[in-house]
Amino acid sequence: MSPDAPPRSLFDKIWDAHLVETEAPQTPGVVYIDLHLVHEVTSPQAFAELEARDLAVRRPDRTLATIDHATPTLAFDPADGPAYASDAARKQVETLGENCRRHGITLHGWDSPHRGVVHVIGPELGATQPGMTIVCGDSHTATHGAFGALAFGIGTTEVGHVLATQCLLQRKPRSMRVTVDGEAPDGVSAKDIILAIIAEIGVDGGTGCVIEYAGEAIEALDMEGRMTVCNMSIEAGARAGMIAPDEKTFAWLEGRQHAPQGEAWEAAKQSWSQLFSDPGAKFDREVRLNAADLAPMVTWGTAPDTGIAITAPVPQETTASRKKALDYMQLKPGEAVTGARVDQVFIGSCTNSRISDLRDAARIMQGRRVADGVRALIVPGSVAVQKQAEAEGLDQVFRQAGAQWREPGCSMCIAMNGDRGEPGELVVSTSNRNFEGRQGPGVRTILASPATAAAAAIAGAVADPRQLAEVEYV
Amino acid sequence: MSEFENFQSRAFVLPQEDIDTDQIIPARFLTTTSRAGLGAFAFHDWRFDRQGQPTAHPLVSLDTSSFQILVGGRNFGCGSSREHAPWALLDFGFKAVISSEIADIFRSNAARNGLLPIVAPAEAHAWLLHNPGAAVTIDLAGQSVQVEGGPSFSFDIEPFARHCLLEGTDPLGFLLARRAAIQAHEARMT
Ligand code: SF4
Repeated sequence: MSPDAPPRSLFDKIWDAHLVETEAPQTPGVVYIDLHLVHEVTSPQAFAELEARDLAVRRPDRTLATIDHATPTLAFDPADGPAYASDAARKQVETLGENCRRHGITLHGWDSPHRGVVHVIGPELGATQPGMTIVCGDSHTATHGAFGALAFGIGTTEVGHVLATQCLLQRKPRSMRVTVDGEAPDGVSAKDIILAIIAEIGVDGGTGCVIEYAGEAIEALDMEGRMTVCNMSIEAGARAGMIAPDEKTFAWLEGRQHAPQGEAWEAAKQSWSQLFSDPGAKFDREVRLNAADLAPMVTWGTAPDTGIAITAPVPQETTASRKKALDYMQLKPGEAVTGARVDQVFIGSCTNSRISDLRDAARIMQGRRVADGVRALIVPGSVAVQKQAEAEGLDQVFRQAGAQWREPGCSMCIAMNGDRGEPGELVVSTSNRNFEGRQGPGVRTILASPATAAAAAIAGAVADPRQLAEVEYV
Repeated sequence: MSEFENFQSRAFVLPQEDIDTDQIIPARFLTTTSRAGLGAFAFHDWRFDRQGQPTAHPLVSLDTSSFQILVGGRNFGCGSSREHAPWALLDFGFKAVISSEIADIFRSNAARNGLLPIVAPAEAHAWLLHNPGAAVTIDLAGQSVQVEGGPSFSFDIEPFARHCLLEGTDPLGFLLARRAAIQAHEARMT
């Protein structure tokens, strides 16, 4: 930074470096995209558009595809093939395969050891790197911001734009910084922190913004915790969430398949070290929280900003929408959420399906039994997470507890692969959305951390994981 | 995309706040490789019960030839990036959505497909919510909304989105025309 250059935020730096053309009053900027992640659900119509216009994919080498949303999570005999929920789901997965073959795009399909939820495999492969612009036809693309990348979700038309030109037409979003000071108490995870942030700023509190998360409590998180935080930025309406890269970021990436190697690695680290918000950088909005005040969180409503401390009563609500949400959830103001009888528990999704999440859940389930009448589904985020968990014996912990250990995928996060709840059921879920019907028509969803979800499975009711005495937090 | 023309229609009101994309089109209907015919799934779980029978929801018998404007509660379209949401609303028969706040991705997805997203001032929005069926005239070129017997207002729209809607201009064509600049950027990258 030259002495008189104005201070820039992390977001400003990445934005500036990717402008092919600056925006003008009548036209948006042209922004270059370093990495385009693709999955089966939001891409077929984009490839069809390319086909119709006889266009090629500009940079297949900057495009990476996987299958996750519509894929079944029950193990299958290769001779029979996967048991899709519908012919449409099969066709969607097969269509992605054909499109990738035709355009020379690497697809982590059924036979790949790197198949998994798109936001789990990008970082896992080291394809997600600091300073990059990353997009995907998926609103939880912000996950990759944990590495100091500018990552955001796009619609299918834009998927087509990136396939054809590697660029997007964008106006620069506004910026917001959420600083979480202090130290999170034992038993408070990254998921609890982000649920608390969203409860503080609201489902639309980040609309039009890119959020940078900063502060002691954020720095203290490991990379997987940071991914959990950035993942849910969209639940506050934000385009993206990001965290400045540091030694933890570099250590996590070193040696991964797509990460730079040798001299290139040293050079990359050097340039990544410049990726932070300069002192005095301007943000359109600043929010501060103290992690020391936080407790494990659960949501009581049908929007992700309805998180409360698990020890708190359900709040009194006044707006019609919120009253309707209480009605739908069959919860009463003034009463505790703890003790509500649970039908299913889902541990998985791009928010909480990484190895540390599974370890958190296993620590609670170790030597215990899932309560009678509760179905607990544990769905690792990728084949690599699955293998790692099995190497650590976590699958055995889950199985012995009576939980189901599944194949990787989005599963009950979005309930389009056949895994879902039944009408009226209460599901404690580590995913990111508690919208009406998200996990199946009429299903009531409570969002929580892996530890809280595991505790609910054991107790058969919403329960404070800190009260399971033998649990030691490390 | 065809050019967006001024029109008058009645406003259909869904007063709920935070109407998310899972309400607009539930995820289980996303296993499609086409963008056609999604109107059948628009607000599906509000329009049909678990047995697939029509409910008493006013959407069920809505005549979209006279109700082409959807007025939703605050923060309309939050949730996922699925473009299936505007595809479904358009195919169902809506041509514009009005709210005091419209979620980012939904807003750009909508405009890109010819479903006009209009962010109304809080007061006008509140009036529309309380006066279902109001006759509304939308003038995109003039960026104004006339409401019969109610408050008229002007609205903001990103100038390029407005231009594309009015002229039927194709943003991909615009991007493709920047090939040289893109190439130059790529050359600078390494
Ligand atoms: S896990 Fe859920 S939120 Fe994440 S990509 Fe899959 S469906 Fe979307």
